[in-house]
Amino acid sequence: MTDIVERPQGVASRGAALGVHATEEAQKRLKRRYASEWRFRAYGLTAILISITALAVLLWSIVGQGYTAFTATTMSLTVTVDPALADPGGKRAQDDLRTGDFQGIARAGLRSVFPDVKERSDLRALYTILSNGASDAIRDRVLDNPALIGQQITVRIPVASDYDMYAKGFAAKTPKGGESRLSPKQIAWFETLKADGKIHSSFNIWFLTSGDSRQPELAGVGGAIIGSLLTLAITLAIAFPLGVMAAVYLEEFAPKNRWTDLIEVNINNLAAVPSIVFGLLGLAVFLNVFGLPRSAPVVGGVVLALMSLPIIIIASRASLRAVPPSIRQAALGLGASRVQVVTHHVLPLAMPGILTGTILSMAHALGETAPLLMIGMVAFIVDIPSGATQAATVLPVQIYLWADSPERGFVEKTSAAIMVLLAFLLAMNAIAIFLRKKFERKW
Amino acid sequence: MLATDTQTAAAPHAAHGKRVKMKATEVEVYYSEKRALNKINLDVREHEVTALIGPSGCGKSTFLRTMNRMNDVIDGCRMAGKILLDQQDIYDPNIDVVQLRARVGMVFQKPNPFPKSIYDNVAYGPRIHGLVRSREETDAVVQKSLERAGLWKEVKDRLHEGGTSLSGGQQQRLCIARAIAVDPEVILMDEPCSALDPIATAKIEELIDELRTNYTIVIVTHSMQQAARVSQRTAFFHLGDLVEVGDTAQIFTNPNDERTQGYITGRFG
Ligand SMILES: Nc1ncnc2c1ncn2[C@@H]1O[C@H](COP(=O)(O)OP(=O)(O)O)[C@@H](O)[C@H]1O
Ligand SMILES: [Mg+2]
Repeated sequence: MTDIVERPQGVASRGAALGVHATEEAQKRLKRRYASEWRFRAYGLTAILISITALAVLLWSIVGQGYTAFTATTMSLTVTVDPALADPGGKRAQDDLRTGDFQGIARAGLRSVFPDVKERSDLRALYTILSNGASDAIRDRVLDNPALIGQQITVRIPVASDYDMYAKGFAAKTPKGGESRLSPKQIAWFETLKADGKIHSSFNIWFLTSGDSRQPELAGVGGAIIGSLLTLAITLAIAFPLGVMAAVYLEEFAPKNRWTDLIEVNINNLAAVPSIVFGLLGLAVFLNVFGLPRSAPVVGGVVLALMSLPIIIIASRASLRAVPPSIRQAALGLGASRVQVVTHHVLPLAMPGILTGTILSMAHALGETAPLLMIGMVAFIVDIPSGATQAATVLPVQIYLWADSPERGFVEKTSAAIMVLLAFLLAMNAIAIFLRKKFERKW
Repeated sequence: MLATDTQTAAAPHAAHGKRVKMKATEVEVYYSEKRALNKINLDVREHEVTALIGPSGCGKSTFLRTMNRMNDVIDGCRMAGKILLDQQDIYDPNIDVVQLRARVGMVFQKPNPFPKSIYDNVAYGPRIHGLVRSREETDAVVQKSLERAGLWKEVKDRLHEGGTSLSGGQQQRLCIARAIAVDPEVILMDEPCSALDPIATAKIEELIDELRTNYTIVIVTHSMQQAARVSQRTAFFHLGDLVEVGDTAQIFTNPNDERTQGYITGRFG
């Protein structure tokens, strides 16, 4: 600052022989300039380091908590399929088998491993190792092959969440004063099974393929993944064509007047509207007026499409505008009609940019929670949806639901579901970057 | 003023007896409310090169664009007056713009090949106008157009490489080949050499002279020498007026208007 004031004096006192840029003061000025440039770079570097650290801590805590959810503790249980329990009627009809007492069969199998446990309360404590999944696994085997009735079979079943947590070493972390979830007896039984080689730890494919459950050991993100895919498919099918057509019309055909200015301003404003407002709109219009089903991907997809539409329009217009006017002139000058100019030249050249924008907006929609809560996608849904009108949940809502659950088993599930969501987001961004790099064009 | 314009425009026409290909009468162009051209009267004769010269912003490009209605796509651009192409008003509502631009082609200031192959650049026009039916026909049109544009020898082995990979001068000749391929009657060129080096410029000038036998050419140029070299007739524009039009030799040696004199001597001296 001050050197501006000082300079005239400097110039006056200096001999004519020395140029303004060769004096000692000039050296000082230069030094100051370098120092300030160095500081500027240091600020930038610090900012980047802080961001990277924050990101690393975030990822570390999520992965650190969540990776265990990808392994499951299972138990080999040998049971005798007692006809009296499995099929009391003796008709071997599928419907009868479905209602058979397979829990009883599983319990009997467990009792046979621990013949010494006789006390009623002890037995009840022993049974807690059996997850609901145990009777389901046996039932499925028997339904597949009714000839197994009366025979001895061995099934691999997930152990109940508390034991799973114990096996993964989380029980030790029970807060002081808080009661341990497992009694010393239960732990001893579990250790016995482990010593017998009946406890295994394996990749938890179940987590990726099954729907939600009240039991943490049975809960999976499969339903949420399918729900998310269905929802996004509908979002894409609606928002992409509408957005591109709107952008093409506004950019290539619409006259520039007050009306199109108004539309432009409104589109920009819509892009800034909080997403929950779109949820309220969906609730008011699609559920209350049109009576579409609650919690359905079709409604969620439409709501997210409305939300993505302005983003896609803005991205598409930007990449249409990036196509140089000289290309349009060249085609027009050859006698191409305006539609031909757009379909033959402008749109193909703008497509990579449009697709990049669309994918990023889809990634945005994939992570969106608030508007879906408004239209009832927050329900507890066990079945994996098989159509867009069935009740479903989506990944971020599933995370929200699990994060709210008190059971210790859901903590790792929450983080693991976040990991799955992040994996999808990363994949989508990677595709967007790939498209951009692949079709990047220099004019 | 207006009377002299019309006279200078009309007199040599009668003397030469060459057919008038395009005729502009009382052409005015407005951008929103701003008038860019005042009552232009100009004849463009068949198989001649007509050069439009004048200082920047005097409306040369604007006038050129009225001749194939490229002004239509500019928002707020309005025009009055008449332009005839073979006695037919090109602003008649019955005229199809697409058809018109096939008859009156255009080459732009900056070479603007499509980001496609050389072959596809040239084949594009014939394809959209349905002039070619088979692969062989297309091949023939592409070859003929590139030959006429003097580019065939240089690119015949790389027809399927990108048009944008060529040098600037080659790109401009590719654009000329692309315009020729639709078999136009008139070719409009807006400063086609302003982005090129002297050698490429010389090639294009040579090409323009050859093209004259088959086409009618209107060229906007900033270079007086270029106008003198390639054109038979020259029109001098100034601030939206057509000041003077006449045989190129006469305009450069013995202009009638002192503004023309001033512009020409100012540039040369
Ligand atoms: N698209 C346009 N919108 C508004 N004014 C324009 C447009 N194009 C040209 N003009 C104006 O019209 C006048 C003539 O321009 P132009 O025909 O490009 O001149 P030249 O080609 O002789 O340099 C200039 O004053 C210019 O500012
Ligand atoms: Mg110009």
